[in-house]
Amino acid sequence: MTDPVLEVTNLSKSFGALAACKNVSLDLMPGEIHALIGPNGAGKTTLVKTIAGEIAHDAGHIRFDGELISHLDAAGRARLGLARTFQISSLAMEMSALKNVMLAVMAVSGEVFRFFRHAGSDDALLGPARACLEEVGLQNRAHTRVAELSHGERRQLEIAIALAMKPKAFLMDEPMAGMGPEGLARLSGLLRDLKETAPVLLIEHDMDVVFSLADRISVLVYGEVIATGTVEEIRANPDVQGAYLGDAA
Amino acid sequence: MKRETFITLLLMALLFGAAFHGKTGDEPFIITLATKAAIFAIAGVGLNLALGYGGLVSFGHAAFFGIGGYAAGIIASAARNYAPVMTWPMEIAGSTSMPVIWLAAIVAAMITAIPIGIFSLRTGGVYFIMITLAFAQMLYYFAVSWPAYGGEDGLSFYVRNEALGLNMMDPWTYFAVCFGVLAVVLALMAVLVRSRFGLALEMARQNPQRLTASGIRPFNVRLTAFVISAMITGLAGALYADLNRFVSPSMLSWHTSGEIMVFVILGGVARLGGPVAGACLYLLLEEVLGDVTDYWQVLLGIVLLLVVLFARGGLVGLLAGRRAAHD
Repeated sequence: MTDPVLEVTNLSKSFGALAACKNVSLDLMPGEIHALIGPNGAGKTTLVKTIAGEIAHDAGHIRFDGELISHLDAAGRARLGLARTFQISSLAMEMSALKNVMLAVMAVSGEVFRFFRHAGSDDALLGPARACLEEVGLQNRAHTRVAELSHGERRQLEIAIALAMKPKAFLMDEPMAGMGPEGLARLSGLLRDLKETAPVLLIEHDMDVVFSLADRISVLVYGEVIATGTVEEIRANPDVQGAYLGDAA
Repeated sequence: MKRETFITLLLMALLFGAAFHGKTGDEPFIITLATKAAIFAIAGVGLNLALGYGGLVSFGHAAFFGIGGYAAGIIASAARNYAPVMTWPMEIAGSTSMPVIWLAAIVAAMITAIPIGIFSLRTGGVYFIMITLAFAQMLYYFAVSWPAYGGEDGLSFYVRNEALGLNMMDPWTYFAVCFGVLAVVLALMAVLVRSRFGLALEMARQNPQRLTASGIRPFNVRLTAFVISAMITGLAGALYADLNRFVSPSMLSWHTSGEIMVFVILGGVARLGGPVAGACLYLLLEEVLGDVTDYWQVLLGIVLLLVVLFARGGLVGLLAGRRAAHD
């Protein structure tokens, strides 16, 4: 059996009396999309932030690519190849789409503190950045300011940036949030291709998307993982139906 | 050529023209005024890196301006008194060479800026403004109360320092030196903001969360920008000390911080030529309005209000128009 790329063991995080994550354990295997679902307030985003290193956890371990990363900050984890996208697009609005991606390429290269050479004509940045934009279908919008991109295009740009980081795993917090049906179809296709590059831990609200995309699903309720399994197992699980899916499933 | 670059060059030409007019018309006062504008512009270019490009609203750049000035004053007066600048931990002799003094001022500003930056950059927003102000005021009161270098009375040295065998006491020569330094600093800044570091700094201002998620710590980028910014302002301080052949604690006071900020805001935040436009406009207003009333700063305040309310890009923004997406 292969080792998981990302392994979360007994992770706990509370804010005062509120336990946002309780003994959460889950793993991400190479080549899979592992979806994390749960009702509002279940602690999905908190879990993403803890894994990404934006907030510190109280107990437990996070192992990434065989290494314990609990002691690393968010930037350190990103440099190891943990690429995260945000629920609400987090981009530089006044920069062109291309520049946003170039920054990620530059971060991966590790050569940030270069003060003299013109970055905008640096082929070492431009080439990979253009390739990533093309991969998500934004090549014609490269020179458009992010502020002028549509919501859907910004979601695509987030993915292009994650791709530019040459990640070992994607950590995606509701990449489909606020998308129309057409955009949903396009992004689903993108995500399906993405797992060939690196496995995806997908936090998602939209059940149809999750059931069509995910290889495995974990269900988070009140900060606890109540079930993990394939799509069929989750559909059939009575606990999940009671806690979350209700009559819809 | 981009319109903004053109405007920067035009501003430089105007400044040079004004000084040249003073030379041909034998009005040293105008040359000195232009020299002052060039020096203030250098200080502003320094602050603009932090405030404009980095979004770090430092209200304490007087600290670096003053440190640069004191570095120049202390080294020059030591040389004139044939005394060492310091004997511990190593003996450093005084000097009257401008390049040596400039280097000392830049290094002194850097050494001051590193700890101030490390502490201040842990905060943000209003707290950052207040803590930078607090550091600068600490240095101000220290300078006032420490008698070794003149305390409240300041420190004078009677002759300008030397470089290349030029007669620096000639106003035109000294203007040319300051103008040259300004040109070099502007060129460096133009290169810096377009470099990889410039890109990271812009992301640190626009979206630090994204910068972190890409694997770059905003703190490191900001600290570097803050220190470079301080070094440039420190250099301006040394030039200013030489212009007046005098340094006093007032260079360190919060009024000075405010003035440097006004240069940047009047001229255009995060615009290359902004501080040049701002410094020239400020001194022009001081001259013209100062003739009308002693309370000219009231009128300056109104101008500043108009700029902030209606012309966010400052003077350069008005002339160059809205900035296009950088590519």
